Amino acid sequence: MNQRKLLDLLPRLTPILAVLIALLVGAVMLALLGTNPWEAYRALFIGAFGSTNALADTIVKATPLLFVGLGICIAFRGGVLNIGGEGQLVTGAIAATAIALSVPNWPGWLIVLVALLAGTLAGAIWGGIAGLLKAHFNVNEILSTIMLNYIAVFGMNYLLRGAMMDPLQIKLGSFTPQTARLPRVADLPRLIPTRLHLGAALAVILAVAVYILLWRTTIGFRIRTVGKSLRAALASGVRTKRYMALSLVLAGAFAGLGGAVEVLGLHHRMFTDGSAFGFTGSAGFNGIVAALFGQLHPIGTIPASFLLGALLTGANKMQRMMQIPSALIGALNGLIVLLVVGSEFLRRHRIKRTQSPESERAKTSAEEEEA
Amino acid sequence: MSWSIIIGILSSGIRLATPYLYAAVGETIGQLSGVVNLGVDGVMLMGAYIAFFVALSTGSLSLGLIAAAGMGAIFGLIMAFISVTLKAEQGISGIGLYLFGLGLSTFLFGITIRNVQTIDGFPDLAIPGLSRIPVIGEIFFQHNILVYVAFALIPIAWFLLNKTPFGLRVRAVGQNPEAADSLGVNVGRVRYLTVTLGGMLSGVAGASLSIALLNTFQQNLTNGMGFIAVALVYFGGWRPVLVFAGALLFSTVNALQIWLQVAGINVPSDVALMLPYIVTILVLAAMAKRRVNAPAALNKRFERGES
Amino acid sequence: MNKVLAGFVLVALIISSMAIIGLADTFKVAFVTPSTINDSAWSQSMYDALVTIQNEMGKDNFQFVYSENMFVISDAAAAIRDYASQGYNLVIAHGSQYGGSLVDIAPDFPNTAFAWGSTANTFSDQGITNIFSYQPYSEQGGYVNGVLAAKLSETGMMGVIGPIETGDAKRYTEGFEAGVMATNPDAKVSVTWTGSYSDVSLSAETARTMIKAGADVLTGTSQMVIGAIGVAKKEGAIWFGYDVDQAPLAPQIVVSSVIVDWTVALRPMIAAIQSGTMGGKVYDLTLANGGLKIAVNAEGLVGKTIQGIINGDIVVGE
Repeated sequence: MNQRKLLDLLPRLTPILAVLIALLVGAVMLALLGTNPWEAYRALFIGAFGSTNALADTIVKATPLLFVGLGICIAFRGGVLNIGGEGQLVTGAIAATAIALSVPNWPGWLIVLVALLAGTLAGAIWGGIAGLLKAHFNVNEILSTIMLNYIAVFGMNYLLRGAMMDPLQIKLGSFTPQTARLPRVADLPRLIPTRLHLGAALAVILAVAVYILLWRTTIGFRIRTVGKSLRAALASGVRTKRYMALSLVLAGAFAGLGGAVEVLGLHHRMFTDGSAFGFTGSAGFNGIVAALFGQLHPIGTIPASFLLGALLTGANKMQRMMQIPSALIGALNGLIVLLVVGSEFLRRHRIKRTQSPESERAKTSAEEEEA
Repeated sequence: MSWSIIIGILSSGIRLATPYLYAAVGETIGQLSGVVNLGVDGVMLMGAYIAFFVALSTGSLSLGLIAAAGMGAIFGLIMAFISVTLKAEQGISGIGLYLFGLGLSTFLFGITIRNVQTIDGFPDLAIPGLSRIPVIGEIFFQHNILVYVAFALIPIAWFLLNKTPFGLRVRAVGQNPEAADSLGVNVGRVRYLTVTLGGMLSGVAGASLSIALLNTFQQNLTNGMGFIAVALVYFGGWRPVLVFAGALLFSTVNALQIWLQVAGINVPSDVALMLPYIVTILVLAAMAKRRVNAPAALNKRFERGES
Repeated sequence: MNKVLAGFVLVALIISSMAIIGLADTFKVAFVTPSTINDSAWSQSMYDALVTIQNEMGKDNFQFVYSENMFVISDAAAAIRDYASQGYNLVIAHGSQYGGSLVDIAPDFPNTAFAWGSTANTFSDQGITNIFSYQPYSEQGGYVNGVLAAKLSETGMMGVIGPIETGDAKRYTEGFEAGVMATNPDAKVSVTWTGSYSDVSLSAETARTMIKAGADVLTGTSQMVIGAIGVAKKEGAIWFGYDVDQAPLAPQIVVSSVIVDWTVALRPMIAAIQSGTMGGKVYDLTLANGGLKIAVNAEGLVGKTIQGIINGDIVVGE
């Protein structure tokens, strides 16, 4: 009995095993540089979990990953590959910023509400453009969403160095491409006295909502049907193109909301350095990684986002404490991702070993259905 | 519009298209066999770095080019191992590969070369005779040797994929790996070959930047080109000729927007910069009616004995 | 998964500890910057300045650490806060995108001085007293380069290649254009923005297009200009540099570079902090106070001319 329990536990441990292997390889790299790997990894850990502030930073980093990831869960399960997270985050953020700056005298809660809705809508439209292009013009969404990312960034630059530039910047003559600070009443409330803001809680609540959407509603069922098999969907009368477009709209909406939350909860103004990455921290791409690690399940995406956020936050701390070149940190991040995703093999291999082929097939498809 | 302007724009477009051509053709081959590699940008950066470093240290550009191809092949092998043998989620492993390549190339540059500098890269080679043809000669036949090779890739790739047994195997593996497997095709081996080849070409794409077109290396030299290259595969519908057309289209419009800005035409710079991306989408939309056959097994793992 | 996670967190909380740096007399600086310190541009110039100060004051009296590539604002904010909490005397947030973060962080650390730029805003209007700022008057350097460019250009056409039309790049470009126009009103200055600080490929192609259009003098800002410099070198156009001395990159064609000497801001800033003023001052870097310098390339046209005059190879006028 105990042996059985251990065998069952093993597949769940393999991602952690993979992380450890990656850290081992990284340790060799660090040692070659004359850096003490133990100290470095201790820093990694402290940076992610070692204090209330660190933990708050980890969750704050994970929040946009979760928002984007939720949209990805819907999209990928709906059979559409949304790579447009970056652009959708940006359009959502710009819309929320524009709203908040234009009605500074409204009560705080109203500004927040309208701004978040505006961000959601803007992201939905940006995703919807890709949806429309796919449904009516057969434009592959990977191409359109990647192109739309760049278009969004250039549009953001145009606005931030022009119409939306902080009047103070113009007056001072520094011309920094950023907006004025948003009205303080529109700041998302902090959950505890750190950087941790309400957005994190909102994301988790929405994760549950996405689960309900995908597995407890007709729309969700149809989205997933289209994703599983276009032929089956068509046969059962589902308008596949419409649902693919809808998936892109929803994915965009979540990412747009994520962008709005980042602005209202963390940055309190919109800014650019020419690219979107300063603002998004590549959440548009990392969110995809989080969703995939979470097995494209909204609830699974929560711990996946958290751990990815922990890795990114801890890595920064490691850089600071050990004065390691930032590039090595980036390489280490990539290595960890590669090894963790590669370790999935062990998990599946373990499952295969403990079951007969027929029941395995049945179980795998049942897992996919239920998961 | 004078001729010299048109010549300038088209000739610029060809130069700008070169790295995309190498990388996109490589990715096309890999995707036709069913494997998506999103790490192309990272492989390009590693290729660019090693080409520059070797050329700088040894003085030999050819050695640098070979090093880039080798490095690209190594990274391709890594991707193949993770996607084919370990059967991992291809999207994530691609992004992991990208992050790894970006970080490693920057890191190695920081400790081996340290400061930005330029070298004398592959020179421009005017093809005797052809380069003297008015207009056409200036646009097409006064380029760098790596540009010419990129162009030659297109008919080579087309031939390889459509007229050889290997090409047939690649397509079969990408469309229906179970059937191919039952006919005795080693699915894993084919995928290893295509992904490694794709990596090699991405490495050369990077070299085309660092030791031919730009003659320098810097962190993140490619600035996201690899992802555009992947997007172009979808533009081209997995057909090398159309992928090539897409790369040229995108780059020529980019050259056009540069010219617009240089000429002082009153367009906001950000709008001009958007043009290549908007036009690419519009052109693809205009081709809506054409048939696109995605490799049916794209991004799916292949397990023997599973249906 | 959740249980393991909880276990990790518990272990982490037990292990966690902070080593507060305890050296009292050493002036300790932390430097956060958005690009790499070997970018031959923005970050490198500040890094070099800090090294200069360290050599002047001695390693026992002055130490600094840095976090480069902090272009993600939330990561930079975490870094700034972390350094402040470790007791650094001065935290330099070397980027105009960091201002918003400083407003949140500075009030929590009244015993730490913060500095950022390029900007003239020290947030004193919001009651914050521990933020310094610095701003180079890039337009002055641009003007000088522009005057020289107009004088040296044979075709009367110049090109400027920039990232996006904001901040220092904008000021430098406007100064350059003004300098050119003041010297040769018939000259044409073509300004192109590549939309990114790191698009080397686009900067190279822009340089080619400009040269094809007739420009024989080029200049530009940000770390991507290495692409343009390479092209200028190949085609024989002359180059005016910005941020750091770009002569080593292409000794034959670089005439001069506008160098920002951040030590002109750092020295008084450190003195102010040591005497108790933690912020509220704006440090201008100008030609007048030496914060901006023009580095003439000894190998280039101006340098060679100067040498020739000194040698007697060139006899100047009547």
